[in-house]
Amino acid sequence: MAVPLPLPPPGPQFVLRGTQSAVNALHFGGGAQAQGRQLLFSGSQSGLVHIWSLQTRRTVATLDGHGGQSVTWLQMLPQSHQLLSQGRDLRLCLWDLAEGRNAIVDSVCLESVAFCRSSVLAEGQARWLLALPGKGSDEVQILEMPSKTSVCTLKPEADAKPGMPMCLGLWQAESSPRPLLLAGYEDGSVALWDVWERKVCSRVSCHEEPVMGLDFDSQKARGVSGSAGKALAVWSLNGQQALQVCSTHQLTNPGISDITVRPDRKILATAGWDHRIRVFHWRTMKPLAVLAFHSASVHCVAFATNGLLAAGSKDQRISIWSLYQRT
Amino acid sequence: MDPALSVVRLTVREAIHTLSSSEDCGLILSTLRFLKRYLGETEDPALPEEQEEFATVHFSAFLRCLVIKLSPVWLELSPDGQLEELWDSFFLKGPADQAFLVLMEALESTAGPSFCLMKMAQLLANFLSQRRMAALMEEQCRPQKKPGFTLLQETLLNKVVGLPDHLGNRLQQDNLALFFPQNYFPLLGEEVVRVLQGIVDALRGGLDCSVSFMSRVLGKICIQGRQKEILDVLVPQLTVLTQGSCLWQRVCWRLMEQVPDRTMEAVLIGLVEATPGRPEVLSRLLGNLVVKSKKAQFVMTQKLLFLQYQHTTPMLQSLLGYLAMDSQRRPLLIQALKELLETWGSSSAVRHAPVTQQHYLSAAILICLAHLREPELRDSQDELLASMMAGVKCHLDSSLPTVRRLGMIVAEIISSQIHPEGPPLKFQYEDDELSRELLALAIPGTSDSSTVLAGGSAPAPTASETLAKTMDDGVESANGSDPQVGPQGSDSDLDSDDEFIPYDMSGDIELKSNKAPLYVRDCMEVLTSSEDMERWEAALRALEGLVYRSPEATREVSVELAKVLLHLEERTCVSGFEGLRQRALVAVIVMDPARVAEYLTSQFYALNYSLRQRLDILDVLTLSAQELSRPGHLKRPTQQVSCGSGAPVLATSQADCTGVSGWRTVVEERIRSKTRRFSKQGFPRRELASSPSEFNSVAGYFFFPLIQHFDRPLVTFDLLGDDQLVLGRLTHTLAALMYLAINTTVAVSMGKALLEFVWVLRFHVDIYVRRGLLSAVSSILLSVPAERLLGDLSDELLEARSWLADVAEKDVDEDCREQAVRALLLLERLKDRLLPLSH
Repeated sequence: MAVPLPLPPPGPQFVLRGTQSAVNALHFGGGAQAQGRQLLFSGSQSGLVHIWSLQTRRTVATLDGHGGQSVTWLQMLPQSHQLLSQGRDLRLCLWDLAEGRNAIVDSVCLESVAFCRSSVLAEGQARWLLALPGKGSDEVQILEMPSKTSVCTLKPEADAKPGMPMCLGLWQAESSPRPLLLAGYEDGSVALWDVWERKVCSRVSCHEEPVMGLDFDSQKARGVSGSAGKALAVWSLNGQQALQVCSTHQLTNPGISDITVRPDRKILATAGWDHRIRVFHWRTMKPLAVLAFHSASVHCVAFATNGLLAAGSKDQRISIWSLYQRT
Repeated sequence: MDPALSVVRLTVREAIHTLSSSEDCGLILSTLRFLKRYLGETEDPALPEEQEEFATVHFSAFLRCLVIKLSPVWLELSPDGQLEELWDSFFLKGPADQAFLVLMEALESTAGPSFCLMKMAQLLANFLSQRRMAALMEEQCRPQKKPGFTLLQETLLNKVVGLPDHLGNRLQQDNLALFFPQNYFPLLGEEVVRVLQGIVDALRGGLDCSVSFMSRVLGKICIQGRQKEILDVLVPQLTVLTQGSCLWQRVCWRLMEQVPDRTMEAVLIGLVEATPGRPEVLSRLLGNLVVKSKKAQFVMTQKLLFLQYQHTTPMLQSLLGYLAMDSQRRPLLIQALKELLETWGSSSAVRHAPVTQQHYLSAAILICLAHLREPELRDSQDELLASMMAGVKCHLDSSLPTVRRLGMIVAEIISSQIHPEGPPLKFQYEDDELSRELLALAIPGTSDSSTVLAGGSAPAPTASETLAKTMDDGVESANGSDPQVGPQGSDSDLDSDDEFIPYDMSGDIELKSNKAPLYVRDCMEVLTSSEDMERWEAALRALEGLVYRSPEATREVSVELAKVLLHLEERTCVSGFEGLRQRALVAVIVMDPARVAEYLTSQFYALNYSLRQRLDILDVLTLSAQELSRPGHLKRPTQQVSCGSGAPVLATSQADCTGVSGWRTVVEERIRSKTRRFSKQGFPRRELASSPSEFNSVAGYFFFPLIQHFDRPLVTFDLLGDDQLVLGRLTHTLAALMYLAINTTVAVSMGKALLEFVWVLRFHVDIYVRRGLLSAVSSILLSVPAERLLGDLSDELLEARSWLADVAEKDVDEDCREQAVRALLLLERLKDRLLPLSH
């Protein structure tokens, strides 16, 4: 019985050029309230945030609010026209984009110069939580927005020494209103914080190298993290709020800068330092595709709600892919 | 005189008289019926003595008389066919041998085509289908005392075996299907089995019998080349019959022993052919024939092994298995192995025997080894080892890869058999069909298992086995259910993995750090002096692209670069090192052909190079000549650069390229659809861009330095001596260069030089060299313009032609013969093309 030859990996659906500097952050916006106008936000090394229309494939607007310092994180607030952007100028800006406006309505000063991306927990309420790296090098600060009230500062115990937080993920279990925070640390461990009790529920060391990105699937209570090393780790959370490593997956080349599970939780994508985007099946972690298009490190990957995949790279391009779409 | 006997005589005489004179139907019928009494089988048969006398003395004469009377008018005398029936019955009921002889005689003497001839042919067909042939042969197996008996048997033998030929000659177009050899001999086979059955029964009854007539029949049929027809019927039946019966086996052995020496070979080869891979059958049929008969021994141990090589491996297995099956025959097997190894190890055999024969010999050796055990080999260990060592040496010296591989495989297996306890001999060779097939032969016992299967007597699996099997299946199916389900039962997503088919991930290789130099000079420096292996490798990988991209810079350092590359050694384990170096060298030559080719050809004959380097020189010269002679060769490099260099923008070059050609075709299509043309020619055909062959101006630099010095041996390099492998490659390279020099101005002088070269070496012993020479001749015929060939090279061509004819007929190597024939055809074509010109 002959095994059919696997198909060659597909090319990108289209490529967005014109940021004129490395792309550090991507975020799909629009969705329901955009009336079919799907937008993609990209944050670049040169401090600009570009808003792309996926219909015309051109920039709709450019936001310049970080004084030429690199933009590292972008996040749209749900049910609103507000965009959060984090920059290396130590500011977190809140943009109002409604009705064609693009003005900074608020900003938060960061007290950490680290590269850690912030995280938001907002379930459509007026008040929402923001996790961001704190003042001390190993601290994470939780703010309540938009009042900017500090809820707490999560500081590891003195003897733990996990190093700097590298990536954050705020989430809430469906069963309880307690906000939880997953943080990946410099020593390669992932910790689960209970924000209200300000304590570490569980910590698991899953990488040799600093954790560079993580994503969590709260339905399956399973998360995945990538590091500067050559492996991906899949860990799960049991009923006692304890993290445990399920499996690790070796990669050909070391270095993952971002990792994202598609909203429908079917597949996940990683952004690799080896210029490649890797796609895995989320349930089985079977490797599905290695997309070699970029000619420099891929910095970020993002999924749209309709399953479109975008990847931004140091080579100044954003590639848009359509893979395993259920259409 | 006995009065009763004279009564018979009188009756017969009277009857013959009546038959020849009377037209009265009633009288004839009554006469015949009366005579029929003598054949028995009637209500009142004649006395036994009378029957005996009639059969021995008068029967033939009477039958002849009947034959003479035969005519349509005569048979019409009795309209109800009684006469015809009676007439037939005399032939079918009387003594078979006489009836058969008379019939054959009559068939030969009757003028055809006629009613009588057809009537008799029909009768003969009846005779055959009524199994009278078995009666005939059975009669011959009885002990005989009659005078003239041997002569009679000889005649019978000729007629029985030659029946299809005789009938074919007589009846021509009207021949009956039964008399075709493909039908007659199987029938005869059935009859032989029947006769043998009769003999076995007779022997059981304590009667004396002789099978010598049967042996002679069998031998004669086989020597006429009809082994397949008769043995295909005979062997399966005998196989079954001899299975449990000693008597049958004895009869069979006797049958084989009595086969005349003259025909023994045909019979034995037929038998071996009919029992492929089933030595036990052969053993049952032949017994210890090889021990008893010198001729059989010669055929089995010499002729089939050394003088013939067309037989299949199963036949060899059957033959050698037969030798191994009995302790009396085993010494013969050891002897055969010794002789096989001796031949295998003889350098002259390796050089002159065709490859297929060497393969055959090797297979025979391996089968022998599979049958022999180490204690049996111990006595002749030294002898075998010596032959093996010699054999390995000459096999490995051969320039044909197949022969080398044969040497390695056989040597490995022999050494493991002779010294099972010693360190195993291990060669590196590619695992291909040939090697797998040979290695399978060496595993003892495989032949046995296959025969069990072939015999069809494999026992049905016992109940317990079946039970165990089903239980296994059950366990398997239980384990086989999706293991993911257990721990993750909550994962109730109904997504099957079917829609997530992985894409090809072969491109997912380790990323090399980008340390490749950007200039040719840098590259060269890194290759010569860098200690940083990663950088060294990157430089090697980048070199080809750099050379193509910067022709000017390359030309400045071309010879130096070629020198560096030629001497480059693989310092780390770089995958594809040879290919990288070769491509880089080719690129350098292509960029600066004259100087680099001059340098490389001079180095080919220089001191202090390894054979590998010399072979490399030949390879790169051929490849670069090919590159240069390709029309529009300069276009390719740019594309290669885009793919090889890893420049970011061009990663999508493939898509872009198709895009470019895409728009062009779209535009052309649009123009065509909007343009009305009035002429019938249609739109202009697209032509390939023509460009002058780059090879034209430099072919001489490649060719002449190579051909000049081949006969001057150096201390380290002797083309006409030991280094015939290089000579073979040189001839092939020259042939390729000649071929690539088509349409160049130097082709004529190259052809002349090459023909002289071929003439000098035409009787070279090495097959590989000869193949090269033959392809050189072909490429001369292809490349040199026809008029110049006949004008300037006619003498050389004539000489070459006679040589080619000689090779085509006599060379041991099939490839050589084929190539010679091709060259001859080219010559013919050349002549055809020129003949119209001369008129």
